[in-house]
Amino acid sequence: MFSYPTVRTSLIFLAIAVAGLLVADIAITTANPWQDLGRFFLGVATPNFFSTEGLATALLRTIAFAFVGVTLGSFFGFLLSLVYRFLPVRIFCAFIRAIHELFWALIFLQFFGFHPLTGVLAIAIPYAGIFAKVYSEILEEADQEPTRLLPPGTGAIAAFLYAKIPDCWVQLRTYTAYRLECGLRSSAILGFVGLPTLGFYLESSFSMGMYSDAGAMLILFYVLIATMPLWLKPKLLPIYILGAPFFLGEGLPIVWGNVERFFTEDIIPAPLRDGEGLAGLMPWLGDVMVTEALPGVWNTVVLTQIALVATGILSLLAFPLISKHFGGPVRRTSGHVLLVIARSTPEYILAYILLQLWGPSMLPAVVALALHNGGIIGHLIGRQSNTIHLRPDAPHGFARYTWELVPRLYRPFLAFLFYRWEIIMRETAILGILGIYTLGFYVDSAIQNIRFDRAMLLILITALLNIGVDALGRYIRRKLALQTMPTC
Amino acid sequence: MPGLEFDGLTASFNGERVVGPLSLSVGEGEHVALVGRSGAGKSTLIKLMYEQVEHEASLIPQDLGLVNALPVFHNVFMGQLQKHSVWYNTWTLLKPFRKDREAVASLLEELGMPEKQWIPAASLSGGQRQRVAIARAFYRGSPLLLADEPISALDGLLGHHVMEWLTSHFTTSVVALHDVEMALKYCSRIVGIQNGQIALDAPASELAPADIMTLY
Repeated sequence: MFSYPTVRTSLIFLAIAVAGLLVADIAITTANPWQDLGRFFLGVATPNFFSTEGLATALLRTIAFAFVGVTLGSFFGFLLSLVYRFLPVRIFCAFIRAIHELFWALIFLQFFGFHPLTGVLAIAIPYAGIFAKVYSEILEEADQEPTRLLPPGTGAIAAFLYAKIPDCWVQLRTYTAYRLECGLRSSAILGFVGLPTLGFYLESSFSMGMYSDAGAMLILFYVLIATMPLWLKPKLLPIYILGAPFFLGEGLPIVWGNVERFFTEDIIPAPLRDGEGLAGLMPWLGDVMVTEALPGVWNTVVLTQIALVATGILSLLAFPLISKHFGGPVRRTSGHVLLVIARSTPEYILAYILLQLWGPSMLPAVVALALHNGGIIGHLIGRQSNTIHLRPDAPHGFARYTWELVPRLYRPFLAFLFYRWEIIMRETAILGILGIYTLGFYVDSAIQNIRFDRAMLLILITALLNIGVDALGRYIRRKLALQTMPTC
Repeated sequence: MPGLEFDGLTASFNGERVVGPLSLSVGEGEHVALVGRSGAGKSTLIKLMYEQVEHEASLIPQDLGLVNALPVFHNVFMGQLQKHSVWYNTWTLLKPFRKDREAVASLLEELGMPEKQWIPAASLSGGQRQRVAIARAFYRGSPLLLADEPISALDGLLGHHVMEWLTSHFTTSVVALHDVEMALKYCSRIVGIQNGQIALDAPASELAPADIMTLY
């Protein structure tokens, strides 16, 4: 069995994660972690939807930011996808999507302040980069034959509208709808940096120990995501898109002097700003690297590798919950509910809750990342397992799992896992804002100390790290000949 | 249109030559049937000819090339996209003009499927899909038809009707056919292909089915 490249790759990643566990800071530091967890679950079980009007407003703002951000992102992403074959465009898109929404929000907060534009751009920019890539992949896979058959002299636009778009329409629509769901999650967590969405509401309820209010928010969020097929109708879409900008709230006005200062002073490296010239730049760079970037990168990589393997193990354990090859309808339905909850909760919110309950260490982050991503991959391979037809006399129970299903699902499983590697790393970096020593922590502290030059450099390093892991993930997927699809 | 000269037609697959080099001249008004065993190179030859006339022909390819998500009307209308402005074409995508609707409807009438005009191509049967590709090629309005097994999915009576219709409306045609009787009945000249070369070239009136069978 060790001669299989997939098995060997898995074992190497497992070994790296185990080594990571030895050096990582994994601990529960609060005095009564289980008591707090119990209180939290009691809060979810006794939700209070009516404590303030804040909840309804936060929900409305969350939806509005998601709609405006995703609409702009998909519009510009679509335009970019048409010129995606040019290398500079590809690099530009890879760069803007390598920076997490929260980092974009932190950047825009510094000069637009709490203006709605901050939240809208924080979603629209990275989403445009993602849309550009996926749309161009979908368009490329379209049937070429109808285009070839068009009479000579047919205009490029007519050819595109008749021979390309209809063929891809369903896929484009499905992917955009899926992204809107992601946009709702992104919009919710923007509240953690102060925008008026659900994250803000959650943070304030938690800090005052109002678990029932927090529980109400979580339940509303699940209902919002779960009922999407009911309220997201093509006919209603224009109303949502045109209406959403009016519900973003007023925020605070933009001070244009801040915008100018940010670009002409704040983000210029300190030694250059102070006139020390290039001679002062090297020690400054060295200082940022040694005291902030390298520790940040190290912790981000260690945490990512542990979370990646934990995600893998959890997905392999979780997929039988929804597989038709195990258990009856009751168990499958409850399995579906569990996985929907796991994958609908943004990892940032999970990490925030667990961090409040267990105290700061890498443990809450690993558990949060594994739960969210394990929920997604478990759902995907569980669904794929339902397309497998077993012979009537196939073994049952554990033997069925180990002999019949895992060997058949292992390759798609690895494909999904390596596809999400870069996503897990992007999230790991951002979880630093919560107080875990990954790159986000150093970015956030640099911003707190009004050292935007350092913050920008650290964000740039984070982006490069993400691009590197994305390339490595693609290399491994190609080496192992793993098929992937963009929608996961 | 003067006659067509096809020169130096060759094609290779995996470094192995599958067609030609061969030359073929088709006079104006000729209806040429390409016959031969499957794999002899008929489809490749049709494709090569389409390239050599720089797409200035009505083509019915074997895989039809329909846009599955579009209704029959738009699939047929695509044959004349080059004649209209971008605005006209875009508007037609949303709401077709009456004169185009009527033109396409009369074509579909001829092909025995008038009721299918607004059905997406994806939900048609094999024979109906083939007729949509035929209608599109006809709507294209070129005097030259290049067709690769255009009636393979049509039943006998309809097949005869379509072949007669095609050969009487196109000035010149080159049609790959596996049905020898159809070829003899509706085409004026038979070209037999064997191993990528012309093995037989004679007027249809001088041949009997048995002469062609030697190719198979």
